[in-house]
Amino acid sequence: MSVRRKANRSTPYLFLLPAALVMALGLLYPVLRSAWLSFHDWKLGTPPDAAVFTGWENYIFLLEDPKVLESTLVTLTFAFSVVALEVVIGVALALLLERPIRGMTVFRTIFILPMMIAPIVVGLIWRYMYSEQFGILNQMLKAIGLGGVPWLSSPDMALISVIIADVWQWTPFIFILAMAALQSLPSSALEAARIDGATPLQTVFYIKIPLMMPVIIVATLLRLIDAFKVLEVIFIMTYGGPGLSTEILSLHIYKTAFVSQQLGRASALSNLLLMIVLCLSIALFVFNKVREGQAQRTR
Amino acid sequence: MERAPRGRVGASPAATFHIDPGRTDTFVRGDRSVAQIVLQEIVKQYGSLTVIDHLNLTMEDNEFTVLVGPSGCGKSTTLRMVAGLEDVTEGEIFIDGKAVTHLDPKDRDVAMVFQDYALYPHMNVARNMSFALRLAHYPKAEIDKRVREVAGTLGIEDLLHRKPRELSGGQRQRVAMGRALVRDASTFLFDEPLSNLDAKLRTQMRAELALMRQRLNKNMIYVTHDQVEAMTLGDRIVVMHEGYIQQQGSPEELFKRPANKFVAGFIGSPAMNFLDGQVSEEGGHPMVKGAGFSFRLPETRREALAGRGNPKVTVGIRPSVFVPAEEGADAVNLIRLPALVSEYIGAHSVLIADCGGTQVTVEIDSETPIAVGQELSFTIDPGTIHLFDTESEESI
Repeated sequence: MSVRRKANRSTPYLFLLPAALVMALGLLYPVLRSAWLSFHDWKLGTPPDAAVFTGWENYIFLLEDPKVLESTLVTLTFAFSVVALEVVIGVALALLLERPIRGMTVFRTIFILPMMIAPIVVGLIWRYMYSEQFGILNQMLKAIGLGGVPWLSSPDMALISVIIADVWQWTPFIFILAMAALQSLPSSALEAARIDGATPLQTVFYIKIPLMMPVIIVATLLRLIDAFKVLEVIFIMTYGGPGLSTEILSLHIYKTAFVSQQLGRASALSNLLLMIVLCLSIALFVFNKVREGQAQRTR
Repeated sequence: MERAPRGRVGASPAATFHIDPGRTDTFVRGDRSVAQIVLQEIVKQYGSLTVIDHLNLTMEDNEFTVLVGPSGCGKSTTLRMVAGLEDVTEGEIFIDGKAVTHLDPKDRDVAMVFQDYALYPHMNVARNMSFALRLAHYPKAEIDKRVREVAGTLGIEDLLHRKPRELSGGQRQRVAMGRALVRDASTFLFDEPLSNLDAKLRTQMRAELALMRQRLNKNMIYVTHDQVEAMTLGDRIVVMHEGYIQQQGSPEELFKRPANKFVAGFIGSPAMNFLDGQVSEEGGHPMVKGAGFSFRLPETRREALAGRGNPKVTVGIRPSVFVPAEEGADAVNLIRLPALVSEYIGAHSVLIADCGGTQVTVEIDSETPIAVGQELSFTIDPGTIHLFDTESEESI
C-alpha cells in the first residue's frame, strides 16, 4: 500500500524527467559554460584545457572598451525606438480598425503577414528595397523628382533604416494583442461612457486605453526583451555598419566570438546582455503577479 | 468665479436633489417640466429579422413605466433605442417634444443603469460617479458636492475610494445607481438593474427603488422580466411579447382585466390556471363546462358570449380565488380537486391538484397539512373567472 503510494507520488516527476534533462542540457549547460568562459581567455579551435583563468579581466575590458559603450548605446536607441514606435502605431491601428468596415478581415490578415516572415528574409527584402541604385524606394523617389537617399550607407540614416524595417515587421505583434484587448473590453462600460456624454475620442483616452493598459504593458515588455536580442535582420542589412552605427550588442557579441575569436570576452558581454533581458523579464513577471493578485481579490 | 458648465449633462448645476427620507422639498425640479417620451411607429430589424414591429408608446411626464416580458420580447431593445445605443430602423422617438431618433446618447439627456452595472473598472467609485460631470466640465466643488450628496443617500460614502472590483454585487449596484443620479438627467433608464442580485438583496433594492421613485420627479423607464418587480414599481406596465405590446396599464388593470391569455399568464404569481371549456346556457344561466368542472358565469357575461359562434373557450382561474368549501356542501361553482403535490411556503401553501387531467395550482392557507391524494372542495366566485377565445387568445 505505502510502496504503491510512494510510487504514485514519484510518477509525475518520472514523466517530467526527460523534459527536465533536455532543459538542463540545452539551457543550463550553455549558461553555466558561458559563465565559466567569461572568466577565462580561450580562443575558438584550441583545446578546452588551453583556456587560461583571467579573473574579472574580461569584464573590466568591457567597461573600458569604447566599442562596447557605443554598441550598448546603439542597442538602447534601437530597442526603445522600435518598441515606442511599434506600440504607438500598433495600438493606434487597432483602435482605427476596430470598427466593422467591409473587407476589414482581409486587411487585418494582410497586415499581420510581416510577422510571419523569417527575419533573414525580412533583412533581405529590406536590403534590396534600400539599395541605393536599384532599390524600389530610391526608384520611387527619383520618379517623383527627388534625390535618392543613402539608406544604409550613411551612418546617420542606417540606424533609422534598420528601425523602420523592425517596426514594419513587429508592429503587427502589438496590433494583434491590442486588437484582442479591445475586443475583450466590457462593452457595457463603453456604452455607459456614451451615455455619460463621452465623445469617441474621449472614450479612447479615458476608457479604452486605460483598460487596455495591462495588455499594452505586457506586449511592450515582450517586445523590449526581443528587441534587445535582435540579430538576423541587422546582420543581413548592415552587418553593424557603416562604422559602428548599427552595431547592436548581439552583433558585437557575434563578431567578438566568431570573428575575433575572443570567446571569453564574448561570454562576458553575453552575460551583460543577459542581465538586461533578465531585468526586463523580472519586470514582466512581477507585473503579471501583481495583476493576478488583483484579479484574485476581485473574485 | 465658477466656470459655467458646457455640454448637456443635466439641467443647470444649481438643480440639486436628495433622497434623504427626512426631507420633503427635494428631488423636485422647478426649472422645467420633465420629459414626455413618445415612441412612434418604431421598427427594429437585425438584417431580415424584425424584433420590434411598429411599436407605439407614449410615456407621460414623471411616470415610472415598466417594460416587462419574457426574454427576447424586445423590451431591452426598446430601452436601448430610447437611450440611443441601438439604431432605429423605422419610426421616430421624441423626448420632451424633441426628435432624438438620430441623436447620440450624450445629446438625449438620459441616464442609464445597466444590468451588469457597467462600472469603469479602472476608476474608483467617486470617479465612476463623477465621470459625466467631469466630461461636461462642471466646477470641481460642484462635482464633489453632488457625488457626496448622492453617495450619502445611497449609503456608499465610505466606498468612494474603492475600485469596483473591491465591491460586492450590491455595492456595485448602488454605485451604478449613484452614477446615474448625479447626472440629474431628465430621463432615467433601467435595464434589468436587479437581476444580478440575490433574492434578499433584490427585495431590499426594490424597496429602495420604490422610495427613490417617489422622491425623484423624473421620467423613468424600467425593463425587467420579473413581473413582481413590474407590479411593485410601475405606475404603468407595458407587457411585451415577440416584439409587440400586448397590453399597457396600471398594475391593477393588468391583473384584473388582462387583455389576452399571454398577459393573464404572465402577470400574477403563481401563474393563472388555464382549462379548456365550452360555454352553454343552462337553467337560464350562462355556464362554462369542461373536464372536471362546471361553473355558472355572471349574467353580465351573457352579452359578450351571445355573439360567438364557437362555444369553445379557454377558462382562466387565478390560484388565489379558490375558496375552501365545507365538506359535502352543494354550493354553486363547487369544484373537487384531488391534491397531487403540496408546497408549504410559510404564510400559505401552493397546492398542485388534478382537474380532469389538467394540473391546476391552488393557493390555500397552510394551517393544516394536506396529504397527497386527499380530495378537496373549493368554490369560485363567478366574477373572478376569465374567459379567452381559444383561437385568438383574446379576452372575452
